[in-house]
Amino acid sequence: MTARFRYGLLVLPLLAFLLAAYLVPVALMLSNTAGASFDFEPLRQVIASPVAMKVFLFTIRTAIWVTVITLVLAYPLAFFIATARPLTASLLMAVVLIPFWTSILIRSYAWMVLLGRKGVINEFLIWAGLLDQPLKLLNTSFAVYIGMVHVLLPFMILPILASLKGIDGRLVAAAENLGAGPASVFRHIILPLSMPGLLAGTVLVFVLGLGFYITPALLGGPSDMTISMLIAQEVDLYRWDAGAAMAALLLVMTLAALLLFGRFVSLDKILGGAK
Amino acid sequence: MTGYGITLSSPWARALLGLIALAVAVFLIVPVLVIVPLSFSSGSFLSFPPPGFSLRWYQQLFSRSDWMQSAWLSIWIAALVALLATVLGTAASFGLVRARFPGQRLLLAFILSPLIIPGIIVAIAVYFFYARLQLVGSPVAIAVAHTALAVPFVVVNVSASLHGFDKRLEMAAQNLGAGAFDTFRLVILPGIRPGVIAGALFAFITSFDELIVALFIAGPSQVTLPLRMWESMRSSLEPTLAAVSTLAIVASVSLFLCASWLQGRARATGGRIAEEDT
Repeated sequence: MTARFRYGLLVLPLLAFLLAAYLVPVALMLSNTAGASFDFEPLRQVIASPVAMKVFLFTIRTAIWVTVITLVLAYPLAFFIATARPLTASLLMAVVLIPFWTSILIRSYAWMVLLGRKGVINEFLIWAGLLDQPLKLLNTSFAVYIGMVHVLLPFMILPILASLKGIDGRLVAAAENLGAGPASVFRHIILPLSMPGLLAGTVLVFVLGLGFYITPALLGGPSDMTISMLIAQEVDLYRWDAGAAMAALLLVMTLAALLLFGRFVSLDKILGGAK
Repeated sequence: MTGYGITLSSPWARALLGLIALAVAVFLIVPVLVIVPLSFSSGSFLSFPPPGFSLRWYQQLFSRSDWMQSAWLSIWIAALVALLATVLGTAASFGLVRARFPGQRLLLAFILSPLIIPGIIVAIAVYFFYARLQLVGSPVAIAVAHTALAVPFVVVNVSASLHGFDKRLEMAAQNLGAGAFDTFRLVILPGIRPGVIAGALFAFITSFDELIVALFIAGPSQVTLPLRMWESMRSSLEPTLAAVSTLAIVASVSLFLCASWLQGRARATGGRIAEEDT
């Protein structure tokens, strides 16, 4: 037995643990979707259900829009951090990381406090004389978008920033010396070279966006139901087979997105550190 | 910074970019900061600005046995998770970094997958499984499920430390007659300690903040802190919540600061050894 092989044995305890605590439960749940007579009845019922399909479409559409908004907001901030002086950059990094380190539950609560009928934003607008009546901000799709974008922004900023920091500034200087304007430098040098981070962030935010539960449940209205919320509701109503079938579809969607675009993402780089 | 980073030469572009960046930064930080003054409010509603300063919500928090029980339960579960995840994850990192075997990339993807698989899938899978085994409502069962979610953070951090560890130190120890266990205990572990502790802290916070799995598998007498906060948010939005949230933010941010300081140190040590090579 070579030393290299013996080191490999050290993976076994974790592997055994994950098989028992994670893989087997997920596999058993997926087997529920086959139904009692292996005709995949629960799965077919979910696909045939207009309510479930509406929720699936809503979730996908929300995830796409949240990804687009996040990208538009994240890129300028990442770019500014990459070009800022060290002190400004560290300060802005703290601004990105403190929310990233705060739990999703607490951040959703913060938005409830801000957006509520008697929330901070409404109270302020009325005090400033800009409003007579409070606006309905909480329990709307708008609140769901705000909350999800807030949670997912760091997942977009951090990979883009890592890419931008890796760009050799001499390339920019060379292009400028050769007469390229700022727009041209951005389009031909900075954007292509930051593409790996941009794609990684996009895939990550989209995939994470598909699975959201806490934020839409707290901030959304009755029509803002995501797949995760529908699954939870089915399980609460003891319709385990339907819940399992929806979970299977959600898992397939997540894995498909990762298989198609996953080569852009290296999870260990993004989550290994917060820098 | 002495490297060749990118710079922005046009002052107009710089000003415009700065404005957008400032707006996004405000959007990111204000929600987290707004809770803090509310928790010190003397009013009984979440009105802003607070009518006056008081510690009444903290006082109420610490005098209420339901909140305190939840806090202790969450700390206890998170500590167990940190221990389990650190032991399993550190051992596995050795295997993943030092050995070469077929299917290794797939195995790593599997170990890291809980980071990206929707929480609800893990939650209901574990719920169905525990329901069959009649384990729903046991704190240890919650800890076991949380460990699967927390292990990726340990593996990522310890692997990074191991990559930076100078193997010659290990060979030197073995040449001087140290056995495998002594080499690990006296040479390798001190070298990778920052990564191990960072991983353990990440694991602790992962469990401490986790809601969705607990939502399904906690029994009525195992209300973890996030679970109690969730229930309170869905019903009354009492200002006690602002006090708990403030404490939780302070706790998370300090633990993360420790963890990322340790990560930086782990990398710096690796870098120093690498520099001596040249």
